[in-house]
Amino acid sequence: MDFLEWATSPWGQSVPIHIAWFLIWVAVIAGLLFLIVHAIYIMYFAKAREFAGDASPQVVAQIPKRVPRHSLVARLFHWIMAASMFTLLFTAFLPKVGVQFPWVTYHWIAGAVLTVSIVFHIIHASFWLNFWSIWPDRIDLDDAWKRVRRFFGMPAPPPRKFAKYPLENKLFHGVIILCGLSVILTGVFMMSRVRTIFFPRNPYLFSDMTWGLMYVLHGLAGVGLIALVMMHVYFGLRPEKRAITKSMIFGWMDRDFYLEEHDPERWKVETASSSPTSNRIEGRGLTDAG
Amino acid sequence: MAVIRDVMPAFELYQPGSVADAQKLLEQHGPDAWVLAGGLDSFDWLKDRIRKPKVVVDLSGIEELRGVRTTGDGIEIGAMTTLTEVVNHPSIKQKYGLLAQAAELVASPQIRNQGTLGGNVSQDTRCWYYRGGWPCYRAGGNICYADTPEGRNREHAILQADRCVAVNPSDTAPALIALDAKFVLRTPKGERVVDAEDYFIGPEIDITRLHILQPGDLLTAIRIPSTWAGAQFYFEKVRDRNVWDFPLLNVASAMVLSGNTIERMRIAVNGAAARPLRLKVVEDSVRGQPRNTATGEMAGKLSVQGAIPLQFNAYKIPLMRNLVKRAISGVEEAAWTS
Repeated sequence: MDFLEWATSPWGQSVPIHIAWFLIWVAVIAGLLFLIVHAIYIMYFAKAREFAGDASPQVVAQIPKRVPRHSLVARLFHWIMAASMFTLLFTAFLPKVGVQFPWVTYHWIAGAVLTVSIVFHIIHASFWLNFWSIWPDRIDLDDAWKRVRRFFGMPAPPPRKFAKYPLENKLFHGVIILCGLSVILTGVFMMSRVRTIFFPRNPYLFSDMTWGLMYVLHGLAGVGLIALVMMHVYFGLRPEKRAITKSMIFGWMDRDFYLEEHDPERWKVETASSSPTSNRIEGRGLTDAG
Repeated sequence: MAVIRDVMPAFELYQPGSVADAQKLLEQHGPDAWVLAGGLDSFDWLKDRIRKPKVVVDLSGIEELRGVRTTGDGIEIGAMTTLTEVVNHPSIKQKYGLLAQAAELVASPQIRNQGTLGGNVSQDTRCWYYRGGWPCYRAGGNICYADTPEGRNREHAILQADRCVAVNPSDTAPALIALDAKFVLRTPKGERVVDAEDYFIGPEIDITRLHILQPGDLLTAIRIPSTWAGAQFYFEKVRDRNVWDFPLLNVASAMVLSGNTIERMRIAVNGAAARPLRLKVVEDSVRGQPRNTATGEMAGKLSVQGAIPLQFNAYKIPLMRNLVKRAISGVEEAAWTS
């Protein structure tokens, strides 16, 4: 079974041209399997989560009823990125499974929107938000180790509550960065092979081998995104995660959910008493990197 | 021109005696099966060893696919009817002379004796990069060798190119579109009838095919309604050699006049894009207009709107403009402009 499709170039060189399209179904099945296994685990086997200590009553008393989580700008970015990502996935893969329509123009326009939104996000997150809030820190790793030990029944103290983002969320973001940047960087070059408003066509920008590898990387990252997006949508719809999804729509989460899941020491919420402007998060405006 | 490299690769040959058997075989073997009509396109592919089907389904023994039949509303031509039969059929000559003219300009007498109407409309593109076996978009790859600064693209598309710039080479296709023909397909789901213009698809829909036939499908007949019977027809084909060549461009039109006013018209060109193009904008713009040079010129200009020439085929723009102009105002009226 070949995972790549190969061709012989006019110069007799064997070059990869793209991934084998059955990998689309591999990604879909992998995504579905993950959802099914996770849903069964949560339904029948998962134990109630335990965290170390609660916040002091003084801190708790200062938490507002609605805890601001995502600014309007951050939410707009998220949904624009989501719309472009869905457009990219549908326009890329539906024609490969038999749904035929003129997809190329929609695809490169959605790719351009995604690229611009990601560039915006990088700048926004780097200079206006708390850039490091989405990256794993030492406490995340310590807590992850504790959770693993406890999962296997080994002695370990309970982990701390999460900062703004749980470790799983941060790892998912990291994988999305890998896949997303792969499709964007290769996609920008691939635009020179079709007629767009951006570049004059130049299919000879790279050698056949380099182009082939670029198409392969674009395809691999693309099918990877199928599974990742399936997981993301699944978690967004799960009842216990609904507060997080809601916060991506309205910008805030309930005080109860915040106190149940998050550690006010690790994700500090500015209160009316600590700031003249209500609903601000310490030092960084309304939101962090998400 | 294809280079004959070798004898044909081995394949299983099936010679069904009925459409039902042929369709069953095609359905059974799916993408592994190759449909053989007159063989003029097929044998190039097979002898060049660029296509290596496991199964070849030869339609030549199916009598029901041959001949011209009169129906309640026009005629039905079996897909395996030869181009010579189409050219010489009295009813086609008398009522649908546009098709006879187009078929008569296909290749050479020998080829027309062997080539079929179904094969002519379903043949693959003649882009030599593609037919040379290069891994271009149309062959499943990720490049168009013709659409490059150095690419030899004199014969290629000026309209509706989408990554691939190959063109449809059929002469009869635009004539059938102008006659508002219907194509009858036998598919695994049953019979399907499509308008002639919908039989063809461009690279934006499927870059690997020129028509809608899927593995398992079979074109069985072409029906021409009487709507345009006896109308004023115009067919012109421009090619490098006046015998035996594919069109650089061709134009086919059917026109009904009321006095000197164009009451209604259908017009199509081929060789400009990956599919024969029905020029709906032209049809709408000339309706109710006098048939004269001014109308022809206006239509010609409209027809090439949006055309994007490649390195070596800019000549196709004035060529198409003039062909459309001549199709409307007539050869005597239409002075050639560059």
